[in-house]
Amino acid sequence: MNSLLKEYHLQLGITVLLGCLLALFALLSPQTFLNGRIYLSFLSTIPFVAILALGLTLLVVAGELDLSFPSVMAMSGFAFVESYLHTGSPWFGFALALATGGLAGLINGLIVVKVGVPSIIATIGTQFFWRGMSALLAAGLARNIAVLRDSSFHHFFVGRLDGIIPVQAFWCLGFAILFSLLLNRHVMGGNILFVGDNIRAARLNGINTDRVRLLLFVMMGLVSAFVAVLISLEMGNWWPTQGEGYLLLVFAAIFIGGTSVYGGRGTLYGTLIGAVIIGIIEAGIISAGYSGFWTRVIHGFIIVASVSIYALIFRTRR
Amino acid sequence: MMMTGSCDQASVPILSLRNICKRFSGTQVLNDVSFDIFAGETIGLLGDNGAGKSTLIKILAGVHRPDSGEMDVDGQPVDFATYAIGRARNYGIETVFQENSLGEQQPLWRNIFVGRELPNRFGLLKIGEQKKVTMQILRKYVGLQGKAINADSRVSTLSGGERQGVTIGRAMYFNARLVILDEPTTALSLGEVGRVLNFIRQLNCQGSACIFISHNVGQIYQIADRFIILDRGQVMGEYRKNEIAADQLSNHLLQLHNQV
Repeated sequence: MNSLLKEYHLQLGITVLLGCLLALFALLSPQTFLNGRIYLSFLSTIPFVAILALGLTLLVVAGELDLSFPSVMAMSGFAFVESYLHTGSPWFGFALALATGGLAGLINGLIVVKVGVPSIIATIGTQFFWRGMSALLAAGLARNIAVLRDSSFHHFFVGRLDGIIPVQAFWCLGFAILFSLLLNRHVMGGNILFVGDNIRAARLNGINTDRVRLLLFVMMGLVSAFVAVLISLEMGNWWPTQGEGYLLLVFAAIFIGGTSVYGGRGTLYGTLIGAVIIGIIEAGIISAGYSGFWTRVIHGFIIVASVSIYALIFRTRR
Repeated sequence: MMMTGSCDQASVPILSLRNICKRFSGTQVLNDVSFDIFAGETIGLLGDNGAGKSTLIKILAGVHRPDSGEMDVDGQPVDFATYAIGRARNYGIETVFQENSLGEQQPLWRNIFVGRELPNRFGLLKIGEQKKVTMQILRKYVGLQGKAINADSRVSTLSGGERQGVTIGRAMYFNARLVILDEPTTALSLGEVGRVLNFIRQLNCQGSACIFISHNVGQIYQIADRFIILDRGQVMGEYRKNEIAADQLSNHLLQLHNQV
């Protein structure tokens, strides 16, 4: 029991933090937070940040970063809407979006793994590139796909189960379970942990570190494309700055969750709860009657406080 | 000086190297290195810094590929094009590297099985089994006297000797036929050194061979049956223990050192 507590103290701590926030919001605005509707609304918005953050967590555990995913979202989202509008087949558009995202991820991976550019720098570069490329190809204009709203394709990805529960929440849960199995129970997860922990040791133990990292970058490209399709469907359109607001929210979710920026250690459960915390703060603040400007202040405070606590726990001071 | 021929050895060598050459960006690190290793013996590999010892064992371990030369395992030629750490391990060649080959933040059960996990048919790890074996290794090779080390302990909580115990225990558990130890005793206390030397004797008794690299001629002389002296990438001498005394061995090394 004691060792279980020790092993999962991070997960426990972050869950308690979420519980405290919910209790506080319920106290400040009971009419909102003791009503199911706000939670249904959360289930429709939080999954987008959460799925991205879950994917990126694996990359961070391997000691890499990807700052280009918002732009990869814009590019692969554009591939989706444009090919759908031209062919009338959303599934073809979906496939093309995944191919675009996967290719963008592969390019990131090749620049980092084969050329040797640090991932933070490489993905700043590709971030500009894909943002510019998508705006260029779209001539800076948005695309409307509201006609898909009643299609089975729409219901499959972002419909409402029984007319109530947002389907994207189930996709999010699926990703959380899949990635948790991958990281904690699969051979690949062990490889990811060792690559992030000590890449030289990983090599000396026969891990193909290049392949592991390439696969992770491709995976992040695919996840970005998937979320881009979901967001385009949910909003009924694609616009050239799509994805832009997600960068910092996604990183915040990951680091609030307790994943180490140094690599080698991370928790997908923490990331999921981190995404929920990030996602509920704005509603909590506004429904308590405070100005929306407080949102960023509180975000900032929670991020700094949580990463400081982790730094103290793990003694990462150099 | 007598070369070890196959005349007095009835068996085929576990491993045999012929004319191994390796260059790194213009520097000849290994030049025509050849020797055999037989079951149950320990070879002491000696040489100054930069003699090529670490490069040589990294070729044996599958980390580096030689530019030319051949290697046989049990008399069968090894194809260097496909030779890598995993293949070396399949041959029963285990290496305890000088540099850290453990994941500091990972639990011991992951470190013991890294690169050769026990997955079920879905690729998911048999964690229970891996932890069980880890505990066996800890009891047998690391010594658990009253310490709170278990399969879930992180490497970062272990002492230098305990870490070395884990890497050596890992090598021994997987039925190594040839264990290569690169400076395994540098950071260890006297008691821990004794433990490492005992591991090597145990290995030899089981019929496994060992290559022991150290700067400490005294230690090497104590444990090895045969000595190979490497200098600037070349084998400069090969002796059996009964052919040379410890101080002669030291003098030989010093002479080579002074020639530079």
